[in-house]
Amino acid sequence: MRKLLVLSTLILASFTTAVSAAQVNVYSARKEALIKPLLDQFTADTGIQVRLLTGSGDALLARLTSEGENTPADLFLTVDAGNLYRASEAGAFQPLGSADALAAVPEQWQGADGEWVALSLRARPIFYAPDRVDPSQLSGYGDLADPRWDNEVCIRSSDNIYNQSLVAALIEHWGVEKTETWANGLVENFARSPVGGDRDQIKAVAAGVCDLAVANTYYLGLMEGSDNVQERTAAEQVAIFWPNQDSFGTHVNVSGIGLTKYAKNVEPARQLVEFLLSEEAQQWYAKTNNEYPAVPGVQWSERLQNWGEFKMDKLPMKHLGENNTEAVKLMNRAGWR
Amino acid sequence: MQSPWRQGSLVLTAALLGLPLFVICWVGLQLLGTGDTSTLSHLWQTVVPEYIRHSLWLMFGVAFGVILIGVSTAWLTTCCRFPGQRILSWALLLPLAMPAYITAYTYTGMLDFSGPVQRALREMTGWGYGDYWFPEIRSLGGAILVLSLVLFPYVYLITRATFLQQSATTIEAGRSLGLSPWACFLRLALPLARPAIVTGTTLALMETLADYGTVQYFGVTTFTTGIFRTWYGLGDLAGALQLAGMLLVAVIALILIERWSRSQARYDQPRSRSALPFALRGWRAWAASAICWLPLVAGFILPALQLASWSLDRWQVWTQPEFWQLAFNSFGLALTAALIVVILALWLAYGRRQIPTPLVRLSVGFAGLGYAIPGLVIAVGLMLPLSQLDSWIINLSKAWFDYNPGLLLSGTLFALLFAYTVRFLSVSLQTINAGLTEIRPSMDEAARIHGYSPLQVLARIHLPLLRPSVITALLLVGVDVLKELPATLVLRPFDFNTLAVRAYEMAGDERLADAGPPALMMVMVGLIPVILLSRAMLKSQKSALKEQDFVPVTA
Repeated sequence: MRKLLVLSTLILASFTTAVSAAQVNVYSARKEALIKPLLDQFTADTGIQVRLLTGSGDALLARLTSEGENTPADLFLTVDAGNLYRASEAGAFQPLGSADALAAVPEQWQGADGEWVALSLRARPIFYAPDRVDPSQLSGYGDLADPRWDNEVCIRSSDNIYNQSLVAALIEHWGVEKTETWANGLVENFARSPVGGDRDQIKAVAAGVCDLAVANTYYLGLMEGSDNVQERTAAEQVAIFWPNQDSFGTHVNVSGIGLTKYAKNVEPARQLVEFLLSEEAQQWYAKTNNEYPAVPGVQWSERLQNWGEFKMDKLPMKHLGENNTEAVKLMNRAGWR
Repeated sequence: MQSPWRQGSLVLTAALLGLPLFVICWVGLQLLGTGDTSTLSHLWQTVVPEYIRHSLWLMFGVAFGVILIGVSTAWLTTCCRFPGQRILSWALLLPLAMPAYITAYTYTGMLDFSGPVQRALREMTGWGYGDYWFPEIRSLGGAILVLSLVLFPYVYLITRATFLQQSATTIEAGRSLGLSPWACFLRLALPLARPAIVTGTTLALMETLADYGTVQYFGVTTFTTGIFRTWYGLGDLAGALQLAGMLLVAVIALILIERWSRSQARYDQPRSRSALPFALRGWRAWAASAICWLPLVAGFILPALQLASWSLDRWQVWTQPEFWQLAFNSFGLALTAALIVVILALWLAYGRRQIPTPLVRLSVGFAGLGYAIPGLVIAVGLMLPLSQLDSWIINLSKAWFDYNPGLLLSGTLFALLFAYTVRFLSVSLQTINAGLTEIRPSMDEAARIHGYSPLQVLARIHLPLLRPSVITALLLVGVDVLKELPATLVLRPFDFNTLAVRAYEMAGDERLADAGPPALMMVMVGLIPVILLSRAMLKSQKSALKEQDFVPVTA
């Protein structure tokens, strides 16, 4: 027993870390494996240490706001527009201020007063089975509710933020009423009750469970680059259809970053944001995560080029945040689990 | 008298541990004050009935599953002898080391349309999609199956301890009166073990209520998924906490049922020696073996093999020092938390036993409510008061010493250990209470009459008798902390990761091959305490036999 106590004290003591001079502290909703290599590169370039805390965006935001002016966080990084909007509404951000870096990113992918800026874009198109579906029969998201595709649509749970953002965008384009009719039709067309993640929906199309699915493109990228033969085969059996090319464009969401209101390391934090918007970092995103660069003109990776150019929805991101609550309520009413 | 002071400190401890629950209740009351029920009324009209229906089905199913598996395996491995019984007696704890959501992922990998089972079926028969019916694992039934397979060790462990302690005389009296082994089980051992079964099932059900990962992946909407949907989707943290408050009511009901079932009778028995086991032969031995291997294979071996096969080509990870740091963090955290929780549980359980005033009983009961609350909700309930405290400390320190100490409480491991204590106190409290009921109150009195001080009673009588329960509690809390995810995610300090966090981050992105090594490591780190526990179990079995050699049975 005594040994155990001493051991646990030692272990506890080993957890306390020394504080180094130049550092920047990041609360990140992006998982460690998908951001750490970039941060390590930043540290190697500048000598500024980056301390990282990952978690779900909403939980980190709750921590950030409850810590108030004592928060150690300098930057808050999210993987969806909704949390950037909520952080902004909660007054958790201050303007980023580094003009040159911000200017490179189109305005719709920035917060009001430059409070946050997008780092990468995530497209959410329709996936279809080319052996069963003639893409000329498709035009946009509206088709998903068409009775022609009865029992043929796979999509994940509406708990997922990407679905919530998609519906929020549709509410902005179509209004609540039309979107609700659409959601009702979509639920009618479900091939199965929503289960699994985006990758499962793509696989379901490959397996013949459904003809159409909605998913983010980088999951297809993960499947194409997988070590698993079946995953690669499944990826070959589906194709991307870019919806609404003749109207508002394909829905995109952003991952973004903002400077916290009570940041203590403002200068290093700005340097990090600039680094994340640099060509090198933007290309890394595209190559490693299969996401689209937020800075126009940065060369796409080969895989992104293979999927083809498409028209992105230029809707300002703040609408995704504004309409999120309405979107969830609408999906509750439609019985979209 | 020390009693008022001690009573006060007990109530205070319980109140401190109930801090996050107070926050939840407070937010709920605020709702009554402001009358802003728009979110709640929307939820009631649309989704809450379904949440309640699914949660109830899930609880009934899991209760049935864990009792069926847990009690039958516990009885067979303690009271019967058959090939493999000794290995099984500890190996049946292994499913506990598997986080439920990881098991869920592995079963989906094995059983869904593109998995090996259905593929083999199609290759053999030439069928395609839609030509045949196959059970969908990602369903309510699948969730019941997976949670039962992962949670039955709670029932197994606690029931087994009771079976081991059941007196030989009771069982032998039954046998001499002509009861068959089956009848001995059904009419003597089972009713006597009822409190333990109920305790184990209550723990399993509380864990079920708090589960998010499994049901979310399986697309089953429950109360817990509703809490998160309200928070994340509707952006309404207060509404989410109000739903959590409703969950609290369900938990209180569960605990009351458990109390009531235990108060029906006193179960302490004259404890002379353990009963002689039934030696099984022929097909009975094989059947017993099969019954015990089945949950082990389904709950642990198959998922572990699937994980291993996914992560075969990720073997380099095992050589990275950073990976071992994760294992070290996880293990250290689990050990520290287990010690703290068990010490607190002993303090509270004894307080309740020795000063059984209504106030003490109520507050100890209150302290154990956290188990069924999703870890993230507890974390939020803790974050708010701790940040406030921190801000006071910082202001004071700045005013007096002109020094900013930073977030001493909310930004360090303190917050994490606090959250674990709130969440898992119930596990150790219930285990230790179950052990305490086995110690007859007359023993205390006899010892006090012989001039033992209360401390001596503790050291000489209670500790040796309680050891199995204390070790069980340490193990359960340790393994639970090892697997704990949502509170760890949001409360941990910078650059501090655990195996559970790593496994989740990989699995959450559907990178199952990368999730394999940390999940397997978690199982291995969880194995160490399981093996320790099984050794302790064997030892107590042996010492019981020794006692028998020295003390002639006269009764």
